[in-house]
Amino acid sequence: MFWKKKKPSGVDTVLNASQTPEKEQPWKELGLKEDEYQKIREILGRRPTSSELAMYSVMWSEHCSYKSSKIYLRQFGERVTPEMKKHLMVGIGENAGVVDIGEGLAVTFKVESHNHPSYIEPFQGAATGVGGIVRDILAMGARPVAVMDQLRFGSANHPDTARVLNGVTSGISFYGNCLGLPNIGGETVFDSVYQGNPLVNALGIGALKHEDLKLAKASNKGDLVILFGARTGADGIGGVSVLASESFDSTGPTKRPAVQVGDPFAEKVLIECCLELFQSGSVAGIQDLGGAGISCATSELASNGGMGMRIQLKNVLLRDENLTPEEILMSESQERMCAIVPKKKLKDFKKIVEKWEVEYSVLGEVIGEDRLYINWGKEEIVNVPPRTVAHDGPVYNRPVEYPKYQDSLNSDSSKKLKRAENETELATQIMQLIASPNQADKSWVTSQYDKYVMGNTALAMPDDAGMIRINEETGLGVALATDANGKYCYLDPYEGARLALAESYRNVSVTGAVPRAVTNCLNFGSPENPEVMWQFKQATAGLADACQELGIPVTGGNVSFYNQTGDQAIYPTPVVGVLGVIDNVARRIPSGWQDDGNNIYLLGTTYDELDGSAWAKDIHDHLGGKPPRLDLKKERDLAELIHGASIQGLIEAAHDLSEGGLAVAVIEASLRFNIGCRIWITELMERDGLDQTAALFSESQSRAIVTVGREDDVKFQALCEARGVPVLRIGVTDKESQAIDIQGIAKLPLSDVRRAWQQPLVAV
Amino acid sequence: MRIGVITYPGSLDDRDAQRAIKLAGGTPVPLWHADNSLKKVDAVVLPGGFSYGDYLRCGAIAAQAPATKEVIKLAEKGLPVLGICNGFQVLVEAHLLPGGLIRNEHQHFICRDQKLRVENNQTAWTSLFEKDQEITIPLKNGEGGYIATPDTIKMLEEENRVVFRYLEVNPNGSMNDIAGLTNERGNVVGLMPHPEHAVEPGFGPDRPEAMRSGTDGLKFFQSVITQLVRS
Repeated sequence: MFWKKKKPSGVDTVLNASQTPEKEQPWKELGLKEDEYQKIREILGRRPTSSELAMYSVMWSEHCSYKSSKIYLRQFGERVTPEMKKHLMVGIGENAGVVDIGEGLAVTFKVESHNHPSYIEPFQGAATGVGGIVRDILAMGARPVAVMDQLRFGSANHPDTARVLNGVTSGISFYGNCLGLPNIGGETVFDSVYQGNPLVNALGIGALKHEDLKLAKASNKGDLVILFGARTGADGIGGVSVLASESFDSTGPTKRPAVQVGDPFAEKVLIECCLELFQSGSVAGIQDLGGAGISCATSELASNGGMGMRIQLKNVLLRDENLTPEEILMSESQERMCAIVPKKKLKDFKKIVEKWEVEYSVLGEVIGEDRLYINWGKEEIVNVPPRTVAHDGPVYNRPVEYPKYQDSLNSDSSKKLKRAENETELATQIMQLIASPNQADKSWVTSQYDKYVMGNTALAMPDDAGMIRINEETGLGVALATDANGKYCYLDPYEGARLALAESYRNVSVTGAVPRAVTNCLNFGSPENPEVMWQFKQATAGLADACQELGIPVTGGNVSFYNQTGDQAIYPTPVVGVLGVIDNVARRIPSGWQDDGNNIYLLGTTYDELDGSAWAKDIHDHLGGKPPRLDLKKERDLAELIHGASIQGLIEAAHDLSEGGLAVAVIEASLRFNIGCRIWITELMERDGLDQTAALFSESQSRAIVTVGREDDVKFQALCEARGVPVLRIGVTDKESQAIDIQGIAKLPLSDVRRAWQQPLVAV
Repeated sequence: MRIGVITYPGSLDDRDAQRAIKLAGGTPVPLWHADNSLKKVDAVVLPGGFSYGDYLRCGAIAAQAPATKEVIKLAEKGLPVLGICNGFQVLVEAHLLPGGLIRNEHQHFICRDQKLRVENNQTAWTSLFEKDQEITIPLKNGEGGYIATPDTIKMLEEENRVVFRYLEVNPNGSMNDIAGLTNERGNVVGLMPHPEHAVEPGFGPDRPEAMRSGTDGLKFFQSVITQLVRS
């Protein structure tokens, strides 16, 4: 490697650094820019030691420092109004946001990307993505209670997709199941833009009592800094920076993989151990070790608490005794945590970790000075102000440029596409849409996840949102949905981000829960490309505006840049997660109908909006024009209507309309419990001025289908009228027929539809 | 009625088993793998999960735990023992039940609502079922394929020791569609599917009447409680 291993005293000390100011350093190989390297020299008043350089390089990486995105992410925090703040206990900036859900309980949730490792090594990449997000949740003092995954793969018929899909699914299944966390939802999307850059986002949810909330910081002089959990090994060294690149020559020590290796059993034990430590009051704070490992944990804990630390790096328990100090500082070995323990609590701490057979070692202690000192034996190898490593990284206002392709893309409307000329053609298109991998049954993926463990899952795939009970006494629970439509965002990143929020919001609303908070994972191409930066600027502005309009705050999130192969960036893909609260999960609304003879109502207005739709993509392989219009007031009205009706017990089932429009929504609602229906669309066509194609496939927003028992019809319609939500009866459920009868167009036997719907993922 | 639930490092469904016992009218007693005492419980559940990360072989390390040693001793004297999923694997590794459990035939972990037929309602854990009753409870495993030598299979069938058989779908390639077994005496039962996940309306498998309303698992725990009351 770039640092020469001359054991035992070949380490680059602070003294050595002062004496050899002109020594060449591999800052470039470590992913730093020249001006960044100069800034480090300026901060320290000398050249950094190789250990310091290692720390700065990982902590100032895009992944850890958010240097390109920071100026845009600020608006999420700055624009939180008092209304939005009402339920927010911890906002942006901590390991994960925390939201008050009532009854003295709170929920913490966050979504993070593990895109790059999951392409290189899908199984471990995806597995450790789950592990990482769960530790973030745990660091807040919460018990992790569920996970979800947002997955985007290349084209379903590309030969490499099977490798990535299989690996990622097994990795999540292996890690999440073994942790005993129900996987309650997520997304699986296929598109060739993700071929070389699959997106693997993992979301974690945790629950806690208000008084158990913990913030990871070291604020008391004399407290001990203890590393516990798995031993530190050579896996994932510099995973967050560009360390693992080809530029290292083959004569050096073994080239280590930059992908971490996960051990879910160790993590499960660590979860129980940490929760017991929190309960016992023997720790002042716990920080997880993820990206940038010990570099991150020590500098962040100290910086958060406004203190310093004195660390003995030789005390770190190692899997491989040959690791250099630089490697130890950068290792991203999984299943490790760092605790701040008051000296007089050490005995209690030891008792608990020993019960769980978890290894630990005392690395050092918190000091009152604003300095992070790290020694390697007797030699001082790091001497830096912790804040400069953890929080004062570079901030860039990168060039932004309106994309050259944008105008022609937006003027290439779907209006010119040929629409079905007769009923037979329409029926064929319906079947084509349902058999497209994006609309198809995802149970090949989701049946590999345990959704039952913990016994609190009230809704899970394939329902619109996942829902779990938090209070077993009262039934209080939360619903969570995530969404992002990359095609809409490509057409218009500002509107696309708003639409992603709207769809998540709607998915939560149709379960009967009330949306309360937002998280996001912003997946984009290279920030060094001004056109990508424009997409990012637009998307973050759109999301911030929409959050303010809906009155729900962003509580945290994650940015993943550099999702591109050569010049080909992915579609801008801001995954937006919405958390809702439901007073009693027994009131939740299923996404499909179960009863015979219930009326089916379409809520909302349908426009002729097929640009960027599944119809345009799957029937005509077309993407152009402008995404569907969005009026968030209507979205809010719809949500409030469904909530009101569900409180009164008027709604039997509710399903949101999104990709594939009314046709796909009706099929999904029928297949959920295998109950057929009769649907008529002539009144809809007349009322909204549509042809058959638009009536069936338009992706207009703020719409849902609901079923209502006949005895509640009058009440329900009156409620819609009072709330100003357009309502139209479009059909009736039919148990006997075992078919979806779209009158005048096609009568599709459920068994045929199910077969077509199930086939695509099995085929991959 | 005090029913113990052993927690091994890596046990996952221990809290669920405790909840099921409570809902069935019993008193759940948490037991720790490293303890030698079973706290004088009236019956024991070995819960699902990945004890010791499933390292070596599923259940192999847990079978050596002090608490398991105690279970073996008391099972021979008639203590009712139920092993669910990983607990079933522990019972097999501890030689309280014959045969073995291997990787699912299709190589994937699978989670599904599974239909079963109750073949034997003479055990401590199935006495409230009708013989040949069809029930649905969740199944979730990666290594649930039951195997045994032809002689063992023959013996199990002849002695009516197959307690549950998979119906409609054999989810993991188990021989003779075997989902669960009992010992000669009928006090020890092991099965791959999870009765503790079908005990509370709203959180169990889907039923034609209502979503997630299946509670067929409750009878397992009610059976043992009823039997203990009688004895």
